[in-house]
Amino acid sequence: MYSLMLLGALWAQPAGRPATAEEIRARDITVFPNGAGLPAGGGDAVKGAKIYESRCALCHNKRGEGKAGEYPALVGGRGTLATKAPKKTVGSYWPYATTLWDYINRAMPFHQPRMLPPNDVYSVTAYILFLNGIVAETEPMNERTLPAVRMPNRDGFIPDARPDVKARR
Amino acid sequence: MSSRRRFLTAGAAALTGCQNEEPSTSGAHMRAYGERSPHEKPVRVIRELTASKGTGSSRTPLHEIYGIITPSALHYERHHSGVPDIDPAQHTLLIHGLVEKPLVFSVDAIRARPAVSRVYFLECSGNSVGDNRGAPFPDVQGSMGLLSCSEWTGASLRSLLEEAGLKPGAKWVIAEGADNGRMARSIPLEKCLEDTLVVYGQNGEALRPEQGYPLRLIVPGWEGNINVKWLHRLHVAAEPAMSVKETAFYTELMPDGKAQMFTYVMEARSVITRPSGGMKLPVGGGIHEVTGLAWTGKGSIRRVEVSTDGGKTYHDAELQQPVLPQALVRFRYRWQWDGQEAVLQSRCTDETGYLQPTHAEYAAVRGLNSGYHYNAIKPWFVRADGSVKHV
Ligand code: HEC
Repeated sequence: MYSLMLLGALWAQPAGRPATAEEIRARDITVFPNGAGLPAGGGDAVKGAKIYESRCALCHNKRGEGKAGEYPALVGGRGTLATKAPKKTVGSYWPYATTLWDYINRAMPFHQPRMLPPNDVYSVTAYILFLNGIVAETEPMNERTLPAVRMPNRDGFIPDARPDVKARR
Repeated sequence: MSSRRRFLTAGAAALTGCQNEEPSTSGAHMRAYGERSPHEKPVRVIRELTASKGTGSSRTPLHEIYGIITPSALHYERHHSGVPDIDPAQHTLLIHGLVEKPLVFSVDAIRARPAVSRVYFLECSGNSVGDNRGAPFPDVQGSMGLLSCSEWTGASLRSLLEEAGLKPGAKWVIAEGADNGRMARSIPLEKCLEDTLVVYGQNGEALRPEQGYPLRLIVPGWEGNINVKWLHRLHVAAEPAMSVKETAFYTELMPDGKAQMFTYVMEARSVITRPSGGMKLPVGGGIHEVTGLAWTGKGSIRRVEVSTDGGKTYHDAELQQPVLPQALVRFRYRWQWDGQEAVLQSRCTDETGYLQPTHAEYAAVRGLNSGYHYNAIKPWFVRADGSVKHV
């Protein structure tokens, strides 16, 4: 009887404890297309070129060409999506510039992710957008300008249409 | 005496301190944690996709699996930044965003909640990119091995979200892993409240590290990537994050250059796993069991049919019971082979009436470059010399 009551009391308790604002700040790195989640700061492609050279070029090559079979290219592929050999890159395929900021911030450089301070992430993001001909070399990228960048394939996505394939018996 | 046997005997003698014990003929000693027989060799095939290790996949040897459950040690893998080594005592799950009370759950707190166990398949939506392009791997492991099925145990995500209290406007939950690259996916709230689980158990024991230890999401019937491993954060939001894995990856390029987005559900699919590519049947025909797997993200498989003439005629296969929703289904068909060339293939129908398409039917709508979610009928060509090849 006693143990049953104890069990009941334990189960009735909320199993989670309140999260502190500090815990949330430390873990929350989501950046949304409207710019929510982007930290204050900024940079440009001129500064980004130097960061890219020391932190990214090793894998993604001198100007984002990538290395066939080894590392993805970060440039090129415009106009190929409807061909037999589509090439999906940041420039040809990605619909939002905020996704680039978010991904570099969370996952790159590959072996030391989250080591770049926000200003460096803005700059290297600006550099990759510049290499793709999307922003000018000195155009400032910050929490207001980045979400406003219009990516070439912004309108390239359609919703799931399943069941779109029809089979006949 | 084999060297292994000598070692076991010597080890046992050293442990008991009994140096005079006669070599035992009564068999091997017990093991605290078991291993399969050294005569059994099925393994996953590992393929790295970039020059940085930990960005590739390992494929389940489907042709060597019996029944519907994949042994945890052979469950397929697909990683984007390696397998993290996580201490469960340090690991927590944070729920925040559009909730009344942001909460932190320890792993023990999740384990203490009322538990749910369910058998579900997982399939990487990029399972058969090669088949889609018309350049398949020669065998079923290469062609379709990003497919596995386990019994998963955990807590319902709904119960965790209700405890945190959803705020008006909540429509998406962004799930994030504690892997090096903090892989994240946005999931419609509806699915999170329907049947999504936060699991810690796989086939009766803790998740394997490669399967997300200590916590992962299981999103029944939906593409593998969204079943986020090493789960450490759930961000409740009004909009999707448009993370890299739901924009640049896991979107399907159509022939006109547009790409389908948020294509989550794995539609019905089946494949013959024996006989399959790379195997050899004894020349001259005879009775063979044709067996394979069928699955659908939309409820249950209702029917599997087998053809031995490349799809001209089909025969109903027997389904191993119980047939569980969003789980692998084992089918079997007794085939009297006449020793002549044959083309073996299976097709399935799910409870919505959806029939698995042929390659031509699939490609007519999605083309050859969609890459993800390819689910067409898979033919195997049997030659008169008994060898089995992909078509
Ligand atoms: C040690 C090698 C390495 C370094 C250094 C590196 N990356 Fe990467 N990068 C990778 C790998 C590997 C992937 C693919 C990851 C995957 O498969 O999910 C990748 C993917 C990317 C992508 C996505 C490309 C696509 O279209 O799929 C971007 C963008 C990127 N890296 C940017 C950067 C930036 C910016 C830096 C420097 C701050 C950087 N990377 C440094 C290895 C590296």
